[in-house]
Amino acid sequence: MAEILLSEAEKTFILHGVQDGLRQDGRTSEDYRCVEIETNVVSNSNGSSRVRMANTDILVGVKAEIVEPETEQPKNGRVEFFVDCSANATPAFEGRGGEDLATEIASLLDLSVHLDLEALCIISGKQCWLLYVDVLILECGGNLFDAVALAVKSALHQTRIPLVTVSVGERGEAEIELSDDPFDCKRVGTDNVPCLVTLNKIGLAHVVDACLEEEACSLAKVVFGVTENGSISSMRKIGSGSLDPNTINDMIQSAKRVGLSLNDSLAEKLKEEELFGDKKTTKGFLR
Amino acid sequence: MAVDIRLASARITRENTNAQEPQHLMTPGDVITADTGFMRGHGTYMEDDKLHASVAGVVERVNKLICVRPIKTRYHGEIGDVVVGRILEVGQRRWKVDTNAKLDSILMLSSVNLPGGELRRRSEEDEKMMRDYLNEGDLISAEVQNVFADGALSLHTRSLKYGKLSQGILLAVSPSLIKRRKTHFHNLPCGASIILGNNGYVWICPSIDEATEQTGGFVQDLEPIRTAEREVIARLRNCVALLAEHRMVLFDTSILYAFENSSKHQVKDLLKPEVMKEIADMTRHRLEIE
Repeated sequence: MAEILLSEAEKTFILHGVQDGLRQDGRTSEDYRCVEIETNVVSNSNGSSRVRMANTDILVGVKAEIVEPETEQPKNGRVEFFVDCSANATPAFEGRGGEDLATEIASLLDLSVHLDLEALCIISGKQCWLLYVDVLILECGGNLFDAVALAVKSALHQTRIPLVTVSVGERGEAEIELSDDPFDCKRVGTDNVPCLVTLNKIGLAHVVDACLEEEACSLAKVVFGVTENGSISSMRKIGSGSLDPNTINDMIQSAKRVGLSLNDSLAEKLKEEELFGDKKTTKGFLR
Repeated sequence: MAVDIRLASARITRENTNAQEPQHLMTPGDVITADTGFMRGHGTYMEDDKLHASVAGVVERVNKLICVRPIKTRYHGEIGDVVVGRILEVGQRRWKVDTNAKLDSILMLSSVNLPGGELRRRSEEDEKMMRDYLNEGDLISAEVQNVFADGALSLHTRSLKYGKLSQGILLAVSPSLIKRRKTHFHNLPCGASIILGNNGYVWICPSIDEATEQTGGFVQDLEPIRTAEREVIARLRNCVALLAEHRMVLFDTSILYAFENSSKHQVKDLLKPEVMKEIADMTRHRLEIE
């Protein structure tokens, strides 16, 4: 992870602040920084989004391709996550520096993101859709996991997969026909895609949406996947510190609360964005 | 307000209010001139007998020399500047310091005030104790003593106002936003101190009284800070951040005005773009009428 150096006194200041319930920028322990979301930013993808949360900048693209399903699950489509940590984010990511973090995020997404894979099947055992979800980390400003999950969810929400019809050919084999109309497409259900909520344990308290400085003070964090109905779908601890069972219970409660409102506001904003339809002008990276 | 998600289409753009666009604005790759009679300065390169800009910035010409002054840049040090820096490395009789310059700056053991007396010979003991004085990650305030030929800076802390920094918040802004003043150390009347480093590092900490000033920062007070004081510091931090976001020059008056204008908002609301813009506009207006 993008680590930063802090002096002992700064750490003490942050720690006391978190215990006081007043963080460096005046937030309380369950406040998020402002998140900015834009979907449909990459024109040659099936779905894309960009999320900016203070200094954390994430771009996600989804591309659909027809492939053979895996032999163990012939009736299911496939999803593959790929995370790339740009060296623009921090020089530490140069070369293979970001690989560990990238695999960590990708495996976490694998663990927590559940799509309706059967809907992605075209011909059982023969053909299915494979969704490549590519995550690009452009800037690190703390709380990467939550931002990545938000971006992935919005990109999947916007993803449109072309409708295909299966017909029987002359010699009895199945033929796939793609509709001529580019607007003839279906959506990927994202109801079960969770938002990730990371809780950083700092001192005796825990905070959501930690900035880089706060992450440097925290020895352990737990990433929760929270779905739209407020259930915890996945949970993973990261870091070397140890956690008390009571603390974990407290964390689960906070994660639920925050996750619910995170899901709600995301759903609301995505609906709003959809209303713009084609009239939307892409803001992209210009300020 | 636990979660605040916005759409990019609703983004508040930073329109320039009193703006006339600076002339000769270049982006990387732009052709500055096709005339070969000019000399190639900083921020430019020659290709196909044409002079191109290599950075985004404003063209400056001195007789035959053409330079492009970048808009976004690292700190370019000058002797006498007050800087805030972070120790990166402890070396042979010197510390390496990050000052947001292109190269790491150097703080020699001979140019610091060691605890217990100004005029003390530096013995071998001191050399062994260097890590006890300043460790990796520690923050210092210092003055630029010298600029080496390659542009690296040599710092000194041989005055009681400089030295190790204790509890507080560091904020990094663009060096061009710091206004050069007679003093960069301010004890603000709102109950906090601020150091505006020329290198764009801004340090905000609880008010410094006389007694702590005399120690050179080697005695650190790690006691919890009162919530009221902490709130002032957090508010100041957000004010500095919003002024920097709106490209306003930072000096004691502008920060104090922003602080006063922000009083009707909660501290955490100062992170919202529309509140940030409102306060920046109010501050700009107030600075203009004076």
